[in-house]
Amino acid sequence: MTQKDRNSSTWSAKIARFREAGLLGFILVLSVIVQFRNPSFLTIENISDMVTNTAILSILAVGMMLVIVTRGIDLSIGATLALSGMIAAQTVVANPELHPVLAILLGTCIGLICGMVLGWLVARFGILPIIASLGMMNVFRGLTFMVSDGKWVSAHQMPASFKAIATSSLLGINTLIMIAIIIYVVSYYFINHTRTGRQIYAVGSNPDSAQISGINNGRILWLVYSIMGGLSGLSGVLWVSKFASAQGDTAMGYELSVIAACVLGGVSIAGGSGKISGVILGSILLGILNNALPLINVSPFWQMGIQGGIILIAVLINAVVKRGVDRNHLMRRNV
Amino acid sequence: MDLLRRDNEKGFSWKGFFLQWEWMLILIFLLVTAINSYLSPYYLNYDNLRDATMTFLDKAFIVLPMVLIIILADIDISVASTVALSAVVMADLYAMGVPMEVAILICLAVGALCGFINGWLIVRFKELSAVIVTLATMIIYRGIAYMMLEDQAVGQFPEWFKFLGWGYVFGIPFILIAFVVCAIAFALLLHKTTFGRRIYAIGNNPTASRFSGVQVDRIKIIVFTLAGLMAAVTALFLTSRMGSTRPNVATGYELDVIAMVVLGGISTAGGKGRMIGAVIAVFLIGYLRYGLGLINIPAQALLIIIGLLLIGAVMVPKLKIRGSGWRKAKPADAPVKRAL
Repeated sequence: MTQKDRNSSTWSAKIARFREAGLLGFILVLSVIVQFRNPSFLTIENISDMVTNTAILSILAVGMMLVIVTRGIDLSIGATLALSGMIAAQTVVANPELHPVLAILLGTCIGLICGMVLGWLVARFGILPIIASLGMMNVFRGLTFMVSDGKWVSAHQMPASFKAIATSSLLGINTLIMIAIIIYVVSYYFINHTRTGRQIYAVGSNPDSAQISGINNGRILWLVYSIMGGLSGLSGVLWVSKFASAQGDTAMGYELSVIAACVLGGVSIAGGSGKISGVILGSILLGILNNALPLINVSPFWQMGIQGGIILIAVLINAVVKRGVDRNHLMRRNV
Repeated sequence: MDLLRRDNEKGFSWKGFFLQWEWMLILIFLLVTAINSYLSPYYLNYDNLRDATMTFLDKAFIVLPMVLIIILADIDISVASTVALSAVVMADLYAMGVPMEVAILICLAVGALCGFINGWLIVRFKELSAVIVTLATMIIYRGIAYMMLEDQAVGQFPEWFKFLGWGYVFGIPFILIAFVVCAIAFALLLHKTTFGRRIYAIGNNPTASRFSGVQVDRIKIIVFTLAGLMAAVTALFLTSRMGSTRPNVATGYELDVIAMVVLGGISTAGGKGRMIGAVIAVFLIGYLRYGLGLINIPAQALLIIIGLLLIGAVMVPKLKIRGSGWRKAKPADAPVKRAL
């Protein structure tokens, strides 16, 4: 074992330990650079705009983290979001007196059902998550178009109380952000301090030993996809309320941004690892990028390529870092 | 494993022969044809069938290498973006004054390069699953296409270029002939060469194959490069048919292609399936779409049907069916074990 090996492995182990700090540092540096190029970046208005935009992304990313921790992936969330948002919007248009909380509940339930179906396919039949969610993505997207009959639900049809979900504030904080914070806290408690939450990680890091230790792998998988579906349903209502329009192609391809946020936040695609704090930082980084690129005059057509490049780089860095960590573990065993 | 057992232990049996998935597909195919021709008098019309075949065959070229990829137990969801990128590069070069012949060659080269990059990344970074690598490159390739053309469309190709998508040879569409030739070539590659046998071996057990001296990495890179190349071929036919190209061309093709492959009986667990099944599935989905279009089923309903077909095709082999030669069901934790 040469000195060089030892150095490089401690280097990557360090990164793994301080990943969140590094991400935070990168976000700060990026903000400072953008601020120099365009002083309107760090204004109260722009920041609050950015944070509300990021809220929905981070809610979805929390759910996606759970799915990826179990070694799965869910490509159907954009379609689930559109379907539940569309049905919720149509319901409030038909019944303008409906309380907004009921609309949120309705959307969440629809999303939950979508997620349960997907989870059932993955857990009961052992269909690869990517294939199952690709298929269900088509089904949900098709259902959205059929439910809406190809029409939009636009801002002037929606009652003011529904549109107020995204603009009102709760205890001085914007409702969207409040909901996101509640979800962070609840999921933090759930995955770190409950038995079921820990079982999710156990299933992800080693399914065989999880099975042998008496964990019902199928049930955990089903649960994870159901949570993801429920969160997508919730996000659907918030999305429709925020943008005040429900369309058949709402959030098309949004699943890619969500997966990107998870990957940037250090959730390992190989399963078994990922932190809420990382996922939130990953979402914020993506949110800043989306907000800052137009501000420094980058053509909107370049955003997709830039986003893809960042995802690839993040994934590759994750892989290299993991390699170092694994080697470090092996070395420790040697001594 | 299954293939070996069929050859060695059972020998040939008529029951086993007819209980194969391909016969099931042919049965569904006949059923679809019967229902379609019952519902619409225009279905069984030679001209209509011929024209319908020309419209759905463009993406079929990607199905062929995708069979190899899925037998390797990998997946490539960047193929549609590769189609878009190579089509956009070709159109952009032609618009800049490069001769069409050269532009076509560069189009093929770009496709192959995209595939090579996928394969190289997957082989070089073994920790990463093919899903996440091709997901990233899917965004990047499409992103580059947008960078090049923004929201414009480029067209006005030379007259002879139309022949690819619209031409006939002895009354048979050129695209059909090209597809049949490619399909036969790929079937021979998969079933009659050592290269093909090695693909099955890798799909069944990559570690054992590596220890038996199979160059797993090289084969993977070659297969992914082939997928990129065939995506570029699709780009040629698609551009020729449409007469122009845009960066958002071919969206959702990856789903259609994977649906056709999976419906064709190629197991997503790797190592199982035959080329003929996927080829039948191409025509099955194609004529289903054409028939449903004739009786005015909206495109959105088709989305649902394709999605359900995809799910159904992967689900059926997992259901236990007694007394048949179908694949046995897997335990519930299979997806966890095999990850993505």
